[in-house]
Amino acid sequence: MFGDYSIGDLGAIFAMQGFAGLILFSVFVLMALGLAIIFGQMGVINMAHGEFMILGAYVTWATSGFFQQNLPALFPGYFFVAMILAFIAAGALGMLVEWALIRHLYRRPLDTLLATWGLSLILQQAYRSAFGAREVGVELPDWMMGSKHLTDTIEVPINGIFVMCLTALITCAVAYVLFWSRWGRQVRAVVQNRVMAGAVGINTEKVDRYTFGLGCGIAGIAGSAFTMIGSTGPTSGQLYIVDTFMVVVFGGAASLVGTIASAFTISQARSTLEFFLSGSMAQVLTLLAIVGILMLRPQGLFALKVRK
Amino acid sequence: MSDRNDSYKPWGPLAPSRRKLLAGMAALPALSMLPRPSFAAAPPTSVVNTTGLAVTDSEVTVGILHSVTGTMAISETGSVEAEKLAIEQINAEGGVLGRKIKFIQEDGASDWPTFAEKAKKLLVNDKCAAVMGCWTSASRKAVLPVFEQYNGMLYYPTFYEGLEQSKNVIYTGQEATQQIIAGLDWVSKEKGAKTFYLLGSDYIWPRTSNKIARKHIENHLKTKVVGEEYFPLGHTQFNSVINKIKLTKPDVIYAIIVGGSNVAFYKQLKAAGIDLSKQTLLTISVTEDEIDGIGGENIAGAYACMKYFQSLDNPNNKAFVAAFKKMWGEKTVIGDVTQAAYLGPWLWKLTVEKANSFDIDKIAAASPGVEFKGAPEGYVRIHENHHLWSKTRVGRARPDGQYDVIYETKDLVEPDPFPKGYQ
Repeated sequence: MFGDYSIGDLGAIFAMQGFAGLILFSVFVLMALGLAIIFGQMGVINMAHGEFMILGAYVTWATSGFFQQNLPALFPGYFFVAMILAFIAAGALGMLVEWALIRHLYRRPLDTLLATWGLSLILQQAYRSAFGAREVGVELPDWMMGSKHLTDTIEVPINGIFVMCLTALITCAVAYVLFWSRWGRQVRAVVQNRVMAGAVGINTEKVDRYTFGLGCGIAGIAGSAFTMIGSTGPTSGQLYIVDTFMVVVFGGAASLVGTIASAFTISQARSTLEFFLSGSMAQVLTLLAIVGILMLRPQGLFALKVRK
Repeated sequence: MSDRNDSYKPWGPLAPSRRKLLAGMAALPALSMLPRPSFAAAPPTSVVNTTGLAVTDSEVTVGILHSVTGTMAISETGSVEAEKLAIEQINAEGGVLGRKIKFIQEDGASDWPTFAEKAKKLLVNDKCAAVMGCWTSASRKAVLPVFEQYNGMLYYPTFYEGLEQSKNVIYTGQEATQQIIAGLDWVSKEKGAKTFYLLGSDYIWPRTSNKIARKHIENHLKTKVVGEEYFPLGHTQFNSVINKIKLTKPDVIYAIIVGGSNVAFYKQLKAAGIDLSKQTLLTISVTEDEIDGIGGENIAGAYACMKYFQSLDNPNNKAFVAAFKKMWGEKTVIGDVTQAAYLGPWLWKLTVEKANSFDIDKIAAASPGVEFKGAPEGYVRIHENHHLWSKTRVGRARPDGQYDVIYETKDLVEPDPFPKGYQ
């Protein structure tokens, strides 16, 4: 397939393909981070994760409309405001859901699967009633569209670079919060031994609520960022949920490093296979490989070592 | 106009299964030749309804069966709106055979078994005289046995892959060859295209359509397909295939991607620096409805091959667009399928009046030759194979989400659901 091309052409294509893989990696990490926190730290199987993302997307859409109408001069920068609002909205909804639904189910983790699946259906229909069944188009400021020429032949999409930077930033922030802040230590204490954590004076209910809120908030940011590359409609969240779970489970549920490593492996495998095979085939092979590896290593790539 | 000069093609040799299907229609040939009766007074119910359909002296009940919840609600909402508009307009004109149309709406909920169940309900419990409905081929395949078993009449609006024909279905959208061949001929002639890259979502319609496209490109146009790719429904990452397109530099990207993937594909195409004002892209899956979600600026410059665009400049369409916006709001857009859905109730009304009966068998037999001059797309006529003769048009997407119509076939294109040499 490469016979007719010059070395320069091929080099450019492979460089761009490398970027495509990195962009996919960032997208995976961004969408999986929130779930990794909720599933990994709390053991809640949140099937409504995609719907929290789409809430972020709708917030972005509403913000863009607001800026266009009222503050057209500030429109180029609206996206940053939108992401913060998306975080707040999704986080607040997450905390509400935790209070109303999830906290009653901590002792029955499998039931959370059913409850959050129901929640996802409710949210989808709520979006449909509120915003209409059709997809909405989110207007982006000009500077976020198009591509950047690195050399004459190598172009990289700007929204891809944006997602990469955003992912790096949020990953660092989450790592800092979980591993170096006082609150993060509380979260990890609760994960490892809830009763003991309570006994030493940690308010476990509060920790749970904020952890769930944080996970949902990050989903909101992810949804906001994905308006650049995907669709915004009542059921768009469903497009991401399978990949998200795949990344988190493959990485080893309780490990942030595992999530990142698994996102990297899956994204590179898929984008390389997609280039040489076709889209559907790439998906099939990636899934087969993951099934195989999980059979050999059911705990995922990285797992916390705990005494059983 | 050359619209009406084309003559019916006589029946070609039929496959045995088709012959069997058509036997029922052939049983009542004389009826379609009866002179049109006058409609001054509504004919008595006992005459026009001999099979126990929900027809009274003042009312007739039809069904609307689309998804208003679930994934497909995005696409099917427009069809529901168009069908309700058509029914309201028909009632304002005095109804069908002096009877007002009453509709019962059921929700298929984007779930194919639900479609079958609701179809059965509409036919068996509600005795609907006709049903306007379905969108995806999967839902149509699910209800088809129900309509054939209980002898109902379905008006199906979506352009689809063909390879189907039933006494109990009128297909008001295009079958694959109507949508594909004229578009490819146009792009090959006007743009001098020699190489094509075929893309699609991975299910029956894009695959069948691309199969037809490939045969036409290779055997008739004598040009080349340089790539063919399918993606799972809901796929959101297209950077790899975009790089492949950059590598192979095709004259035409031929895209049949649907649903949320569509939005991702065009956004990423633009972000990757592929400028659709220079790169020719021809799609058969993006109507004005989809552009709403994609964003006009992301797809401006792309060509779409359809039979209807909202911007069509004719009096029928102007009246239709105005009425549609009056009923459903200024902001709504009208895509190809929405218009095809609008044809359903009208074609049914005209057929009932031609047959002077609501009986399904008589309608099935009377359908061929029924013409609708008020169609927004211009003029349509039902073929013996229950599909529509209609024109094929190419439009170019504008940043505001509308299409400029830049080409239309001179004559109506004959529907050919079982194309020879394309299977």
